[in-house]
Amino acid sequence: MIISIQYLYWLAGVVLAITTVMTLADRNHPKRWTAGLFWGLFAIAFLVGERLPPVAVGIGVLVMAALAGMGGVGIGSHRELATEARAASAKRLGSKLFIPALAIPLITVFVAVVLKPLKIGDLFLLDPANSTFVALGIASLVSLALACWLTRDTPVQAMRESRRLTEALGWALVLPQMLAMLGLMFNDAGVGKAVAHLATAYINLDYRLVAVIVYVLGMALFTVVMGNGFAAFPVMTGGIGVPVLVGVFHANPAVMAAIGMFSGYCGTLLTPMAANYNIVPAALLELPDKYAVIKAQVPTALAMLVVNIVLLYVLM
Amino acid sequence: MQTAINLWPLLGVLVIVVGFVLRFNPMLVVAIAAVLTGVAASMPLDTILATIGSGFIKTRTLPLIILLPLAVIGLLERHGLRVHAQQFISRFRNATAGRLLIAYLFVRETTAALGLTSLGGHPQMVRPLLAPMAEGAAVSRHGKLPAGVRQRLLAFCAATDNIGLFFGEDIFVAFGAIALMHTFLMGAGIDVEPLSIAFWGIPTAVCVFFIHSFRLYRLDRYLAQHTPEPAIAEAVAK
Repeated sequence: MIISIQYLYWLAGVVLAITTVMTLADRNHPKRWTAGLFWGLFAIAFLVGERLPPVAVGIGVLVMAALAGMGGVGIGSHRELATEARAASAKRLGSKLFIPALAIPLITVFVAVVLKPLKIGDLFLLDPANSTFVALGIASLVSLALACWLTRDTPVQAMRESRRLTEALGWALVLPQMLAMLGLMFNDAGVGKAVAHLATAYINLDYRLVAVIVYVLGMALFTVVMGNGFAAFPVMTGGIGVPVLVGVFHANPAVMAAIGMFSGYCGTLLTPMAANYNIVPAALLELPDKYAVIKAQVPTALAMLVVNIVLLYVLM
Repeated sequence: MQTAINLWPLLGVLVIVVGFVLRFNPMLVVAIAAVLTGVAASMPLDTILATIGSGFIKTRTLPLIILLPLAVIGLLERHGLRVHAQQFISRFRNATAGRLLIAYLFVRETTAALGLTSLGGHPQMVRPLLAPMAEGAAVSRHGKLPAGVRQRLLAFCAATDNIGLFFGEDIFVAFGAIALMHTFLMGAGIDVEPLSIAFWGIPTAVCVFFIHSFRLYRLDRYLAQHTPEPAIAEAVAK
């Protein structure tokens, strides 16, 4: 492949390194050194992470967690455009401001769909395993050029803005990765097996409805714990779905799988473990309550679990 | 069949639940849970550190999606994107926050079902466009929103993006989850067409659209009831 995901890691590493330098150079930053160290470690993980010994990275991760835990990741100073200047700029540009914003998703889709099968010689143009990420990277760069040209602002200013938003997100930006790491750790330690063992050993699955309810709620609960329906699916389907629903009650496996996975997604809507969907957006929207997004999702998720139980019972 | 299963690693789950409920810093809670889970599974210390380190490196794609669009979005915000998005939506007299979000839910879910999952997303769509538009529509109808009401409205914007994405993408045949289910069932000796797994997801996907839309429809009523002086705002709108 010609454009591999490695370039994106380097790009992210450079952006984070610039954030680090700006943070360290900010004399008015209340958490200048701790925040600088936090972003610096994160930048290193992107720049050279795969070449460092895993133990060293592990120590770095624990240091980052400690820095975040002691409140060491704060927000620095930032100079906004004066209100009048911003209003004038909004008036001058009008709906043209939407163009670079909409260009990010549109170019991402275009690159991911149209350029994905493209080969130059024997090489794929895009990393086939990560084509969406690569497409997003290309789209972000093109849109950045577009935005700079349109607003007649500089890439340096864009980096300052990137730092402002990165610092506003704070540790929430790192949390999804921490949770994915925890999921892998759970896997290695056999947490899934232990949960499936508890679920199957203590509940009487001789009734069709009970088996359906245990499978649907088990998928949801397991996803709440792991933060990811993909991790729950093999455990619950291997533990209950295939032996009990298909084996004993002759369920259609396609119906079971489809509704089972959706039950997992209901769990995703309920859990802070799915940080990318639930915690990061609350941080991005600068909501004081970090659980506000989950609270908005709870009624829909619970209603869908009931719907899934009914659908699975009727359709299987 | 009763093989000895080590239940101690469940301590890690307990740490997570207690940590999140007591609202300790999530980064710290996760780190402690990871170390404790490793100890409970009787891993040596350097294995624990190496598992944490390699897990962290393996999952580096996750923050990319959020980090990369920030420069563009930040620059546009500096030049008034959010202000303009609010003003833009208030030109449409019939627009309410609930109706806007129902339309977004429909577009998000159907495009995701066609495999176009990157057409939305929190950093590139919800923060710069959807949230200011929903807020703009609400403000031009009901006047200034109290902080709690505003927070609930913005949370609904993020929730709507999530729900549209989750329940749409899973009925797209080429999506990873379908491949995962197909591969797993093959491994269990059951051969199912991926297309048929995708097909049987449709009833749930349709139900979630109606259920969440109903909640969004009621969100408009909530906004009307929980804003200070709806009568004045209505008079201004006329």
